[in-house]
Amino acid sequence: MNVYRSHVLICGGTGCASADSFKMMDKFHDELKKHDLAEEVKLVKTGCFGLCEAGPIVIVYPERSFYSQVKMEDVERITEEHLLKGRVIKDLLFKETPDEDTIKAIEEVGFYKKQKRIALQNCGVINPEVIEEYIAVDGYQALAKVLTEMQPEEVIDTLKQSGLRGRGGGGFPAGLKWEFTAKAEGDQKYVACNADEGDPGAFMDRSILEGDPHVIIEAMAIAGYAVGATKGYVYIRAEYPIAVDRLRIAIKQAKMHNLLGTDIFGSGFDFDLEIRLGAGAFVCGEETALINSIEGKRGMPRPRPPFPAHKGIWNKPTLLNNVESYANVPQIILNGPEWFAGIGTEKSKGTKVFALGGKINNTGLVEVPMGTSLREVIYDVGGGIPKGKAFKAVQTGGPSGGCIPMEHIDTPIDYDNLIKLGSMMGSGGMIVMDEDNCMVDIARFFLDFTVEESCGKCPPCRIGTKRMLEILNNITEGRGTLEDLDRLEALAGNIKESSLCGLGQTAPNPVISTLHYFRHEYEAHVTEKRCPAGACQALANYSITEACKGCTLCVKVCPVDAIQGERKALHTIDTDACIKCGACVDKCPFKAIVKK
Amino acid sequence: MKTIAELQKLRQDSLDQVHLRKERSGIRVVVGMATCGIAAGARPVLMTLLKESKRKNVENILVTQTGCLGSCEYEPIIEVFKPGEGKVTYVRATPEKAVKIMEEHIIKGEVVTDYCIGAYTK
Repeated sequence: MNVYRSHVLICGGTGCASADSFKMMDKFHDELKKHDLAEEVKLVKTGCFGLCEAGPIVIVYPERSFYSQVKMEDVERITEEHLLKGRVIKDLLFKETPDEDTIKAIEEVGFYKKQKRIALQNCGVINPEVIEEYIAVDGYQALAKVLTEMQPEEVIDTLKQSGLRGRGGGGFPAGLKWEFTAKAEGDQKYVACNADEGDPGAFMDRSILEGDPHVIIEAMAIAGYAVGATKGYVYIRAEYPIAVDRLRIAIKQAKMHNLLGTDIFGSGFDFDLEIRLGAGAFVCGEETALINSIEGKRGMPRPRPPFPAHKGIWNKPTLLNNVESYANVPQIILNGPEWFAGIGTEKSKGTKVFALGGKINNTGLVEVPMGTSLREVIYDVGGGIPKGKAFKAVQTGGPSGGCIPMEHIDTPIDYDNLIKLGSMMGSGGMIVMDEDNCMVDIARFFLDFTVEESCGKCPPCRIGTKRMLEILNNITEGRGTLEDLDRLEALAGNIKESSLCGLGQTAPNPVISTLHYFRHEYEAHVTEKRCPAGACQALANYSITEACKGCTLCVKVCPVDAIQGERKALHTIDTDACIKCGACVDKCPFKAIVKK
Repeated sequence: MKTIAELQKLRQDSLDQVHLRKERSGIRVVVGMATCGIAAGARPVLMTLLKESKRKNVENILVTQTGCLGSCEYEPIIEVFKPGEGKVTYVRATPEKAVKIMEEHIIKGEVVTDYCIGAYTK
């Protein structure tokens, strides 16, 4: 086998791939050949490095040079300067790494410094399509240990002691779930993995499957052994093609090495895994709807109980966990439950992956210990709000969660604290909002999503969320009344109480939390017909200030002739005729037109 | 896999594939590979060091390149950093010298003083 002196890691996650990182890989291949370096330098396609904002990302080992926003034309330079001549190219490095005259290690950069990577530990380090690389970083050791040294009950006890809670949203203790399934009666049991990640902005499950698919296979086999299942399903949405491909490759490799199959490690334990593709309906992330979908039925929830642990896939006991929950399992087995329980807060152990998005400098995936404050995640890891704008709120938990305002920004993040604040962990989406975001509009956005995604089985969700959306539309368009706010609250309560599944039960959360923390914004919309953030187009009023030089550019660009004014004289806007398109603002060279 | 031994063997065989990317504290061998180094023949020296380290199963070693070390007339230059010991600089290296440095210095721990920069600047 070849010994390489340098490894070039190229991110092959969806984010960087959409910025042409695959083509870049080919270009590197050609360049290395041209300089006769192919024998010395190895190209490695990895999963996501997390710092998607800085993509496409290329890391050169052993120097650990972290090149960000690499362009096609930079490939030649990196090859000639760095790989051939050994000179790190400072101006291509991630902006925070070059210090006065040294180069900081990437681990020392704010974005990575406060992170602790357990679920994501191999993402961006190994090639997900090569099983040997996973094995070299201690992959399948946990499965070997479980099958040869532990009884199923011990595995479940280990998990219970670790304190791991479900990472998909609810936060149910994983060990208990395993125990219920293990104790349930049934001739056949199943293990399933929920990879139907639907929250807008959340992509941690995708990244784990893209960057480290074998960890899910290993964890599901461990789960199978613990609960007595011989068959597993991964339910993943078809709109994650890279993740599906890599998982397929990984399953094939695991079968080839008999890490899936019969009599694994000579223990007599058989386990097989299959992929089921989802069509991308949000409701299929709900466990009973997911089970229906796996069975080939329409993805609609069933009433619970019975819970899947007793009657799941084809009415057989089924263990269903989320991708990120599984990704923690091998590490818990290898390092012991005390190690895991030593991280995090009293009731929330371990780490949590968050997808940072919205008005934040470092968009991407971050994994921090439970108990890290929102402020640390947003300012230290996330690098704060762009353009010096003021923080207004952070939305956690996607369409099921709520908005948390500035006054609670120092709250340590864990399952229970977020619930207390009227939000929830959810799958870990974290959307940051600044002063330009209108909270009514945000609530409307999420309601719009749930109305679209409601499966229609139960009326509270199907009809109730629709009515709420109509009210919110009225408010943002200036037709709302104060009674509407009471109506929203009443509806929200009813929908929460009476919906069949989690989708409906949590759908009103964005409205409830914004009404609670930002009621004054709602009131400004209905009483003053004014949007304080200036985001609601229909409520905006444009006017021209003294800075106007009378150039007539705005007069020409206005599509409805609402602007009058002679050359070199102050112009005026007829607000009744104005359709609030904003074209004049963009055109004005003197910034004389303001929106209020 | 039918036994754990199989897994351990595959793990051992695969370590080379990822060892560059791990945290390390071992021996570091650096070859100057700027234009001057390359022109003086640094590449065969580097490749020899890599192959020798693999052939002799030297563990916990990192062979890599660096830019110009400043003494272009003495290129190719090899620098050896062993934990707890100072830096040793070898100059005017050749593949043959590299074999000897690997054997004598890196494996047996005896600095090959004849090849050191001190022997040339006297």
